[in-house]
Amino acid sequence: MASPGVTVEAHATAPPPVADRNPPPRRRLTRRQREALAGYLFLAPWFLGLIGITLGPMIASLWLSFTRYNLLSAPQWTGFSNYSALVHDPLFLTAVKVTLLYVGVSVPSQLAFALLLALVLNRGMRALGLVRAIYYVPSLLGSSVAIAIVWRTLFGYDGTIDRIVEFFGWHNPPAWIDDPHTAIYTLVVLAIWQFGAPMIIFLAGLRNIPKELYEAASVDGARRFAQFRKVTLPLLSPLILFNLVLQVIASFQAFTPAYVISGGSGGPANSTLFYTLYLYQQAFGQLNMGYGAAMAWLLLVAIALVTAAIFASSRRWVFYMDHQS
Amino acid sequence: MIRLTPSRSATAVLAWRRIPRGIGRLLIAAGGVVMLYPLLWMIGSSFKPEGQIFSTTGIVPTTWIFSNYTQGWDGLGYSMTGFLVNSVVLCLLCVLGNLVSCSLAAFAFARLRFPLRRVLFAIMLTSIMLPLHATIVPQYILFKYLGWVGTIAPLVVPKFLAVDAFFVFLLVQFIRTIPRELDDSAEIDGCGKFRLFATVILPLCVPALATTAIFTFLWTWSDFFSQLIYLSGNPAHFTIPVALGAFVDSTSQSSWGQLLAMSVVSLLPIFGFFLAFQRLLLEGISTTGLRG
Repeated sequence: MASPGVTVEAHATAPPPVADRNPPPRRRLTRRQREALAGYLFLAPWFLGLIGITLGPMIASLWLSFTRYNLLSAPQWTGFSNYSALVHDPLFLTAVKVTLLYVGVSVPSQLAFALLLALVLNRGMRALGLVRAIYYVPSLLGSSVAIAIVWRTLFGYDGTIDRIVEFFGWHNPPAWIDDPHTAIYTLVVLAIWQFGAPMIIFLAGLRNIPKELYEAASVDGARRFAQFRKVTLPLLSPLILFNLVLQVIASFQAFTPAYVISGGSGGPANSTLFYTLYLYQQAFGQLNMGYGAAMAWLLLVAIALVTAAIFASSRRWVFYMDHQS
Repeated sequence: MIRLTPSRSATAVLAWRRIPRGIGRLLIAAGGVVMLYPLLWMIGSSFKPEGQIFSTTGIVPTTWIFSNYTQGWDGLGYSMTGFLVNSVVLCLLCVLGNLVSCSLAAFAFARLRFPLRRVLFAIMLTSIMLPLHATIVPQYILFKYLGWVGTIAPLVVPKFLAVDAFFVFLLVQFIRTIPRELDDSAEIDGCGKFRLFATVILPLCVPALATTAIFTFLWTWSDFFSQLIYLSGNPAHFTIPVALGAFVDSTSQSSWGQLLAMSVVSLLPIFGFFLAFQRLLLEGISTTGLRG
């Protein structure tokens, strides 16, 4: 990229013979050089952030993961001992299991709800704007501490949810957030409740499907379900991929609801010990910075691998209209 | 807001004519009630005496009390006013930081040519996907050494360094839609790059800048993890989420009403933003996938 700039400069400065005797003063930059300089100046804050806040710490995190460090004395190189300790740490294994269960159940359910509601809303109805807004509000508020508090109260001991299920005839409900078997599912419900954002994305996608395709399909005798499978689903598949990737990445990093509902402990019986919650306890509770850094790197690798796997599989199930025609 | 054109509803009917419309509408309405119930319950319960919160399912209190708000306001030993001010200051600084730093970087990527631009742009794109946790431990150590832990500096300074690469990307995409002829004529008039940026490009970017500002505000307002890490040692600097988190831990059985009342207070700004910018938010989601 730099070479054309040099030639322009050579052309511009060569003609005056004076330039041969003493090298020309470099204060006049060429247009191209000035533009490059301006570019770097504009980028300077971002570059500083990249080095100091993003890339540097990421590399430092990798190095830290091979050390023992508690902020008080200098980091001690311990090789792979953090990683081998992790594999034998029952709490770590629990955290992995809890997180995989949470991601595996909440993401598909949330997307299914989002798709279903988008399909129904797309049929058109009065006050669509209002309905859309009502379904969307939970995903705007849902990740806050306040909503986690509401969940903790709603699903609390002998709480309002118990009154509701009793009304429907379920007389001996579990203790919800106090029962190790059900606590995680109150968090799954909280995640599903926030299906509004992907629903809005699906709705926008449904609107872009050309109606001629449905007309053609129905002329060919395709019934409603066949139309859904052969027209709607393929044309929506890029958005399904998009929502899936976003939700999976976000769910792996979920923290607030588990922290608030369990009071930071991941209880009862570690059943809501999300990966990030255990990372928080290790790094910022017990100041095991090396251990926390190792966990952070494993999380990064896991998210990267899962995302890559989703993208790899997408070649088999995502349909791009412009590639086909 | 969105009116269906006849042809669209014709499509919809083609696809869904088998299900009677009435049942669909009933289900939608019932679903809406379920969706809103936790929010309405929270608001209703914040006006209920303690005993009624758990024993009733109804939303409207049978006896209205306001003491949850008046007592909860000072329930943590510190006044809620201070937490609100802390949160607002933090959010405004983060908004300012993102607007300045992200638009500067975006202008460079979208309009200027310099060596390594493509490589740097690719790095910027990759960093969008980077989870917060990948960098949080060394960041904490860094800020600890700088003596910033316990202040809002670790939360604000990164925003002035364009760390939220997503907004850089958003602004790049937006600037690319602005015709280059404007740049050319400005340069013929003797405009330098900075003046071009400040007087020509930036004013045209207002929609994208508004999106950046609104989402930065909303995300910062509800963000808990990083505020917990950096502020939890210093109650005077607590923001709303950290204060609520501390409140819930110290809550005895008898103050759930106060906790819910303060939760309502904490959500009011988000709700206000939603009412004010509903269209922009919904458009932001459907075009870029931005979350609330």
